[in-house]
Amino acid sequence: MKEETAVVFDNVSKIYPLYHHITAGFKYFLFNLPRAIKQMKRTSYKVFDNVSFKVYRGESFGIIGHNGAGKSTILGLIAGVIKPTTGKITVVGKVTPFLELGAGFHPDLTGRENIILNGILLGMTKKKILSKLDSIIEFSELGDFIEQPIRIYSSGMLARLGFSVAINTEPDILLVDEILSVGDAPFQQKCLNRLEEFKQKGTTIIIVSHSQAMIERLCEKIIVIGDHKLLYYGDVKEGIKLYETL
Amino acid sequence: MKLLKSSLNLYYLDLILELFRKEFKVRYKSSILGYLWSIALPFTQAITFYFAFKFIMRIQIENYTLFLIIGLFPWQWFSNSILASTNALISNASLIKKTLFLRESLLYATVLNDMVHFILSIPIILVVLFIYGKSISFNFLFFFPSYIIIQFLVTSGISLIVSSVNLFFRDLERIVLVSLNILFYLTPILYEEKMIPKEYYHYLLKLNPMFPLIVLYRDLILKNTVNEYYLITSIFQAIIIFLIGYIVFNKLKWKFAEVL
Repeated sequence: MKEETAVVFDNVSKIYPLYHHITAGFKYFLFNLPRAIKQMKRTSYKVFDNVSFKVYRGESFGIIGHNGAGKSTILGLIAGVIKPTTGKITVVGKVTPFLELGAGFHPDLTGRENIILNGILLGMTKKKILSKLDSIIEFSELGDFIEQPIRIYSSGMLARLGFSVAINTEPDILLVDEILSVGDAPFQQKCLNRLEEFKQKGTTIIIVSHSQAMIERLCEKIIVIGDHKLLYYGDVKEGIKLYETL
Repeated sequence: MKLLKSSLNLYYLDLILELFRKEFKVRYKSSILGYLWSIALPFTQAITFYFAFKFIMRIQIENYTLFLIIGLFPWQWFSNSILASTNALISNASLIKKTLFLRESLLYATVLNDMVHFILSIPIILVVLFIYGKSISFNFLFFFPSYIIIQFLVTSGISLIVSSVNLFFRDLERIVLVSLNILFYLTPILYEEKMIPKEYYHYLLKLNPMFPLIVLYRDLILKNTVNEYYLITSIFQAIIIFLIGYIVFNKLKWKFAEVL
């Protein structure tokens, strides 16, 4: 049986140009124009090159690596917000990222208003969000707080709100970036359960986490990145073993 | 296919409207006087300028308060939108880094927001108009909305340029602030266009997209006339500026997530 792929990275490299020469200021830029332009072309930062891996549909896939190794860059590439410098990325299906705490929320709007706004930013039409509003609110367990401006929310409550919207968007591919480190234990458990449900339904889940326990519990395959390249691609246990020796 | 396309467009409309609604709600959510604030600024400006130019310097323009107000309200829309656009992408950095929503919508929402405030200020202009014993005509009903569309294109075009270039070149923010200040005095808001010395007149008209627009608004409301030459110039400028804005923004938008 040939499995369908959800995400394919084919020899992907990402090099960031460094922009500080212009952002350093107009004066510097103007008075050192030829040099500034030359430097702009030359200075760059290589995150990684020649990264190739495949994520199959319905798979739970972990990405681990030290800080700055490029985990979030991979998520960004999958989400399509940045383009690879070389190589090819194929993504099949609707990608929903988990937004970091409060991203896309406005502090002065109520929880309910923020759900609508956030849902639209994540790609749902307004009609669809309104039809899901009740189940989103229920999942968040925020109760009467849903009518309050979210500036008075605790960080745990914000996480609940964000998570509740994201999991109700019916994604094909869910990108999870360290989001579960907030929220209390029961809610974390609830989120993990929901992720398991997603797995059962055949949603592809891609997780970036420092929590090895979580990776071990949820993922079937992982990649380890570091040293500007792909260090490992395969089974979870061996990958984590390798990661620990880094 | 057709259905897909229309649902896609519907989604963008939802997106822009919802962002607009957010800005609109947020602006007044914690202020009691709300709407009054958006008309208070041009109003106090008008009074100040009246004092300086009519009362002290004795400028020879009839109905000077009305004259000022008609110029100041559209200018406020223009300048508020451009200023807000310098920050529109930066303040949504975390979203831009993670999701692939249509980035332009942030700017359209900003411009739309100030546009609605401008539209809401029209009753004030009309009240002042009636106080001066004047009235509007059918011309107004047709041309005024057209002018608003032209100004929307001009303002959006510049916003698209300013917001995207500012990410790579943060000094632009300051340059915009200074330029808006200069541009204000190079636009016939405080004076009549015919007062400008002939040798400079054409430069000002051609290089300043708010120039013909302000004159158009004022002629329509005060004299009930439409100057075709200004109208054509203005439409032409609007299309060019919007196209440039659109192209620049789309060229740069792939790098937004990298620089933010």
